[in-house]
Amino acid sequence: MKNLVLGNEALAKGAINAGLSGVYAYPGTPSTEITEYIQKSKVAKELGIHSSWSVNEKTAMEAALGMSYAGKRAMVVMKHVGLNVASDVFMNMAVSGINGGLVVVVADDPSMHSSQNEQDSRFYGKFAMVPILEPANQQDAYNFMHYAFNLSEELKLPILLRMVTRLSHSRTGVVFKERRKQNGIQLPVNSKRFALIPAYAKEQYKKLVDKKSDLIKSSENSILNKLTLSDDKSLGIIACGIAYNYVMENIGENDSFYSILKISQYPLPKEKVKALYQHCDEILVVEEGYPIVEELLHNYFDENDKIKGRLSGDLPMTGELNPNIVGQASGFFQDKVRNIPEIVVGRPPQLCEGCGHTDLFKAINALIPEIGEKKVFGDIGCYALGALPPLNTINTLIDMGASITMAKGAADAGLENAIAIIGDSTFTHSGMTGLLDAVYENTPITVIISDNSAVAMTGAQDSSALGRLKNICLGIGVDPNHLIMMTPLKKNHNKNVDVIRKELKYKGVSVIISQRPCVRLSREKKEEIKQKIAALN
Amino acid sequence: MHTNIILSGVGGQGILTIATVLDTAALSQNLYIKQSEVHGMSQRGGAVQSHVRISDSEIFSDLIPLGKADIILSVEPMELLRYIPYLKKGGWLVTDSNAFVNIVNYPEKHDLFKQIKSHKNHIILNATEEAKKLGNSKVANIILLGATSSLIPLSEESILNAIKKLFNHKSEKIIKLNIEAFETGKQLAKGFTEFVY
Repeated sequence: MKNLVLGNEALAKGAINAGLSGVYAYPGTPSTEITEYIQKSKVAKELGIHSSWSVNEKTAMEAALGMSYAGKRAMVVMKHVGLNVASDVFMNMAVSGINGGLVVVVADDPSMHSSQNEQDSRFYGKFAMVPILEPANQQDAYNFMHYAFNLSEELKLPILLRMVTRLSHSRTGVVFKERRKQNGIQLPVNSKRFALIPAYAKEQYKKLVDKKSDLIKSSENSILNKLTLSDDKSLGIIACGIAYNYVMENIGENDSFYSILKISQYPLPKEKVKALYQHCDEILVVEEGYPIVEELLHNYFDENDKIKGRLSGDLPMTGELNPNIVGQASGFFQDKVRNIPEIVVGRPPQLCEGCGHTDLFKAINALIPEIGEKKVFGDIGCYALGALPPLNTINTLIDMGASITMAKGAADAGLENAIAIIGDSTFTHSGMTGLLDAVYENTPITVIISDNSAVAMTGAQDSSALGRLKNICLGIGVDPNHLIMMTPLKKNHNKNVDVIRKELKYKGVSVIISQRPCVRLSREKKEEIKQKIAALN
Repeated sequence: MHTNIILSGVGGQGILTIATVLDTAALSQNLYIKQSEVHGMSQRGGAVQSHVRISDSEIFSDLIPLGKADIILSVEPMELLRYIPYLKKGGWLVTDSNAFVNIVNYPEKHDLFKQIKSHKNHIILNATEEAKKLGNSKVANIILLGATSSLIPLSEESILNAIKKLFNHKSEKIIKLNIEAFETGKQLAKGFTEFVY
């Protein structure tokens, strides 16, 4: 029987059935539903699989490594930019190696549907010298989890599994297989390798470099990298991950006429690539993301005109692929298509009606004539929409936590009235450390924590910050006289403007907690939050 | 058999409900299905779409190629026109006439309808109004699904079963309301000749 699931859900189910003991993650589009599926799964609950959210991707990955150290299978899940946050542990656990199987699932967002860049996680896999798996479809996503845990335990390395938005958020019927048992606790035979002092690290690093031939051998023999050579030699196609679907969509029933190498496991199987290269007159590389495979081909075979892809201009350098772009590049017939009628105008996303962020922004906007423009440093979350008209409040948005630290740097430069706006969950994710920097020097900035008691943008998941913000700020050393609570409501507008104005005048660190639950939360959830806050304070 | 349907609307208007009904019905008939959807930032009052592909053979791309959609089913008239590049020659347009105006530069409605009517195969219904008559404006999406049902190669039985399954955890009343909405849409489409505005 087929089960109707998203790519993300297929992957999650695959992990449960592959003997997972714990998932660690911080929400981030397009990866969120993987962890949510396990949180909602009755089976996972019965099996005691850990699935609570972590404070950020780094803490998540470290906890997953700890579970692996104890001998059990762990998975850590994040969006592509989350891997930047976790990159410290990611690079180093490749050196130490793992004990129980460990799979790092990273969902890339080409075309930046909900992100600030379109970095390609395969580069990280290459950088850390670990195997990468790249499913093409939802059934692959399910099947690959079992394969990934086996490969991880066989090579004693973490495996990077790369998803992309269109696979994560596309539904289809998937066949589930039997579930295998979890591992028991079994500490590593050689625990020295986890203590990366230089003497041990040098030894481990050499082992990692020496493993490269095993990794390539595994890729060469992998059933996930399928080479089909046909009699027609005009065009050979290397199709990576989801790009395979777009190639097949165009080829349709003529698939026996084309030579295709489907890549779903890296490092690249060089011999298979060579076989295709030598067999065909021209090679088209179709990959979602950066031209990483195309570049490698140029390395293998010298620069030449035989290789087509993003670098050659046959496919665009930016944005995600689709069946039409791939159809054009591979020379298949392309119908003329209609244009969007001119009267259609853009409809960008906007803050929900009644959202507390809006009331906060209006209060700040009221102060702009006094304090001057371009002094509001923003962060990642729903409130980033405050960078758009009609509010136009926020001036910067770079990465998780950058509001506080950028405001600090600007204040260090002599800028007055620097304001940082950060959400509650983003604050605990990456804002606390920056706040300590500012407190340490008593930098004149005003930090506004726009606290809606949820990780709202990704679907209102629980925030680790809930009920703890005040104590965290006091603990960090914020002056209690400049730790102010306010409620962002229309009726409080004048009062809130005064509060912010007063704190802007203070030549030191002020923190204003602007607190009102997300309007998307259900009444029951809001009640639950109220009780939790009361219990904590 | 290969049917491509674009569902369109504004975040929160319920196009994923339509998608789920189609997915469930197709799977129950042992057909292949792929359905992409939008999560994240765009869901906040922005333009959203879902690509639904139903076939009796394997489907590869999660996205419908431009010019290959058999049907664009929209719960909002301007959002319908946004996906015109996907429409196949001779494909069908089905939409609610009720505009969702959350932007200052929303176009003249008359111009929108004129554009839609320039395509011969179209059905425009005031589904929101009809849903209100049934007692709940939320079922406008199911009315539109009913209006489109004769163009989709799925049995009515499997669609109705999918609706029942989807609302199974809700009250008997909600299930009945949605089935009624489906029937209403079907009848309105049958009787549709011209949308007058």
